[in-house]
Amino acid sequence: MWYAAVAAGSFRRYATYRIATVAGVFTNTVFGFIVAFTYIALWDERPQLGGYDQAQALAFVWTGQALLACTGLMGSGGLEELQERIRTGDIAVDLYRPADLQLWWLAADLGRAGLQLVGRGVAPLAVGALAFPLALPGDALTWGAFLLSVLLGVLVSFTLRYLVALASFWLLDGTGLALISSLACMFFSGMVLPLRVFPGALGEVAQLLPWAAVLQVPADVLVGARSGGALLRGLVFQAGWAVALLALGRLVQSAATRKVVVHGG
Amino acid sequence: MWMRSALAYRASFLMMAFGNFAANALDFVAIMLMFSRIDALGGFSLPEVAFLYGTSGVSLGLADLLLGSIEGLGRRVRDGTLDVLLLRPAPVFAQVAADRFALRRLGRLTQALLVLGWSLPQLPVEWTVGRVLMVPLMAVCGTAIFAAVFTAGAAFQFWAQDAAEVQNSFTYGGHAMLQYPPTVFAKELVRGVTFLVPLAFVNWLPALRLLGRPDPLGLPGWVDFLGPVVAALMCTGAGLAWRLGLRAYRSTGS
Repeated sequence: MWYAAVAAGSFRRYATYRIATVAGVFTNTVFGFIVAFTYIALWDERPQLGGYDQAQALAFVWTGQALLACTGLMGSGGLEELQERIRTGDIAVDLYRPADLQLWWLAADLGRAGLQLVGRGVAPLAVGALAFPLALPGDALTWGAFLLSVLLGVLVSFTLRYLVALASFWLLDGTGLALISSLACMFFSGMVLPLRVFPGALGEVAQLLPWAAVLQVPADVLVGARSGGALLRGLVFQAGWAVALLALGRLVQSAATRKVVVHGG
Repeated sequence: MWMRSALAYRASFLMMAFGNFAANALDFVAIMLMFSRIDALGGFSLPEVAFLYGTSGVSLGLADLLLGSIEGLGRRVRDGTLDVLLLRPAPVFAQVAADRFALRRLGRLTQALLVLGWSLPQLPVEWTVGRVLMVPLMAVCGTAIFAAVFTAGAAFQFWAQDAAEVQNSFTYGGHAMLQYPPTVFAKELVRGVTFLVPLAFVNWLPALRLLGRPDPLGLPGWVDFLGPVVAALMCTGAGLAWRLGLRAYRSTGS
């Protein structure tokens, strides 16, 4: 299958940035320590805040750092390249190719996410687990559910970044929009603060938005805040957003490519 | 010229400037959300944390405005465009710093100044002339210290071309740490940012003095006033590292 080859190629491509990966692990670990200490102070003040105990809150911090690169939370997931191709017009060449644009970039993104889950995910979580008491699951089933949830999170994150990249067809320079979108993702995914800790209605609304599928749900699965029915509902919530946003991406893509034809004609 | 090119895509520029402002505001929003659930963090009230946030943010914002572009050095070393700069009759350092000068970086500075301004009248401090003067002095020394970290990090990239992120963990990571009270962190970490990479002089030590709080390491009081000395030493060290790095630079030949 073609797209599998694209994904494998993308995996290998990111695997060549070895020093960058190590530097990234270093940064994630430093930030993990800083945030972990502030959460300890926060949970000392209000134990059981948001329904988490301290070990769960700490596990949430390190899960966030471990998934930061993989889910492309900060927006830098290689789709800037697509954005750049749209801006320069190289996209016209891509559209001639006998491959679907959306699936092509999705495959590349999955390859990238896979490498970064291994390369930049395992080490920070391990360091965090050594330095702090983390509530991590002991059974393989929960870890499996977590990985499935991460996959769905990456899908949702991809669809959002893909929509931002497609906006370049209209905006030409899409960097500003990409920045704002990554901020929304940082804030509404639970990276800045777990969504369950958000006060009142803000917290409830935030947990229904697509960004919650990117980090909040996978982290909740791992720290044991979602099990049984709640776990299933979480996965369905993620899958629902993934399907809806993939479909939206299709729609926007066909509108955008029609625009290219007009442009080039 | 970089300013004019940034303004060419107007919608994008506005979004960038807003995004830059919001990116930093987000940290503070997180702090405010925390304080919607608690009254004190590590024994510090919201205005006190806001003061730490503001002073750290102003210092980093100014250093970023002046030298922020320097973190792109690794990319220039990798793709060989640094060679062009070496040929021009101007100091490489100035050229790298001015490269892609981005007006949107004013967003961070503005936001930090707003938070600082909001915090000042609410602090439990009796303002004397000396104490008032301490605030701008903190900003100047803090800027110099962050600028030294930026420069040293860039010099490091002459050798480790791909490791720009390590620099981020000292600059942005340092800023993230300094915006919380030192009482929040483990003693070893506080020691690290006091003696190893002396970021504590950006705002922690002078701020503790201003707020009349003991410092968690129990250092003698005069240490709080060492900011200018530390800043000068760090700038000298960073300057030397930069020269050493530039001399060790081998072009990729591409």
